[in-house]
Amino acid sequence: MTAAAPTSVPSPDAAACARAPVGLLAELTHRCPLQCPYCSNPLALERAAGELSTEAWLDVLAQAADLGVLQLHLSGGEPTARRDLEEIVAGAAKVGLYSNLITAGVLLTRARLEKLAARGLDHVQISIQDAHAANADRIAHYAGGHAKKLEVAQWVRALGLPLTLNAPIHRQNIQNLPAIIELAVTLGARRLEVAHVQYYGWALRNRQALMPTREQVLQSAELVEAARERLRGILVIDFVVPDYYARRPKPCMGGWGRGSIVITPSGKALPCHAAETIPGLAFDSVREKRLRDIWLESEAFQAFRGTAWMREPCRSCELREVDWGGCRCQALAFAGDASLTDPACDKSPLHAAFAGIAELDANLPPPPLVFRNPRAGARA
Amino acid sequence: MSEPQQPRRTLIGATSRPLLPRHIKLRHDDARDRWTILAPERVFTPDPIAVAVLQLCDGNRTVETIAAELAQTYNAPQARILADIAALLQDLADKGVVTA
Repeated sequence: MTAAAPTSVPSPDAAACARAPVGLLAELTHRCPLQCPYCSNPLALERAAGELSTEAWLDVLAQAADLGVLQLHLSGGEPTARRDLEEIVAGAAKVGLYSNLITAGVLLTRARLEKLAARGLDHVQISIQDAHAANADRIAHYAGGHAKKLEVAQWVRALGLPLTLNAPIHRQNIQNLPAIIELAVTLGARRLEVAHVQYYGWALRNRQALMPTREQVLQSAELVEAARERLRGILVIDFVVPDYYARRPKPCMGGWGRGSIVITPSGKALPCHAAETIPGLAFDSVREKRLRDIWLESEAFQAFRGTAWMREPCRSCELREVDWGGCRCQALAFAGDASLTDPACDKSPLHAAFAGIAELDANLPPPPLVFRNPRAGARA
Repeated sequence: MSEPQQPRRTLIGATSRPLLPRHIKLRHDDARDRWTILAPERVFTPDPIAVAVLQLCDGNRTVETIAAELAQTYNAPQARILADIAALLQDLADKGVVTA
């Protein structure tokens, strides 16, 4: 060591890093053996042939860590469908990213999970469709899936990895919420996500089949509150409500271009999963541009960042830096313009109609589910 | 073969020996110049006192020992520090950040 570099003056890079996303959601592939009718992937699923290479992902992870990203969420589709997942996990560990595997579990073997743990995987989140096998397998459209998930959950714990269960909730499983909470405890999960389905993409396509009643949602909230009290120190429960019944919108992704970045299988960088539904936005690819430049300067990330894009009633709202105007994709889908107020907010002139649609859907007989697969996506 | 253990809440007392589980990472976030706790799908930003406490949670020191060390470092009454850090550690244990 000779002369020490001056440390008192922050470099421009440090200023950029301070604004960096905390989380990076890596949609490694859209391939998935399950066909859940509320999948958060777009209706137009990307094909395997267009997926980023191992080297491209490793480069993205290094860039992400350099930018200031702290956590990597390995998702899909089903991330274990990628044969190079071990290399990607090792790459994350190498650059100091906290890695979280978001998996259906059904493709995993114990040997592969051991390898992933050895390469530095930090945490596993397994999705379940219900606590009852027959209904779970019906919803995922995958025979034997539930039993396999339980087995994988046990491997996760046996290997000393922390486990989260993620349970998407809707009218076809909400009656089993108590059993889902008990299942999480029995499996040794420390976290449970009771996540009411969010109605975009596939879930929007299946809204009438999935939307619970307002009473069911309120009951689920009470149930979760009681379970949190009873299971303090044993199970942390995160609860996501369907915003059709909310008064205030959710701060979608923690604010557009603010806390999180999504990379699609082919390398497009998005401010949220559903951003591609917004017409007129151009999305840059990590194949062509550096992650830092995309994050800081790209048109898509700038479009709804901060509050300058807002119109009334958002613009003068005292909550504009709390919920950041809610969800742009929902404003587009329901109000026809992504820069309008999210109809989940009761200050939106469309709020009553928005809540009314949910009530109507929830009280009609559920139509057959449209399962998530490339064929159904092409028809949609 | 023993019965599978029922999951239990970690209760923190003066003689507990707290530590961070392997999957919890207390790390300085250079980009933002602050300490962070990386946990499953969570990032906590502990205040300086919590950082000082967590840096002493090695599974060997008891909560009492930690309180005594901090009382000396900060020249503060040990009983008060003990009560404060036991409450802090219980909260962190309930969040899954600390075990004992």
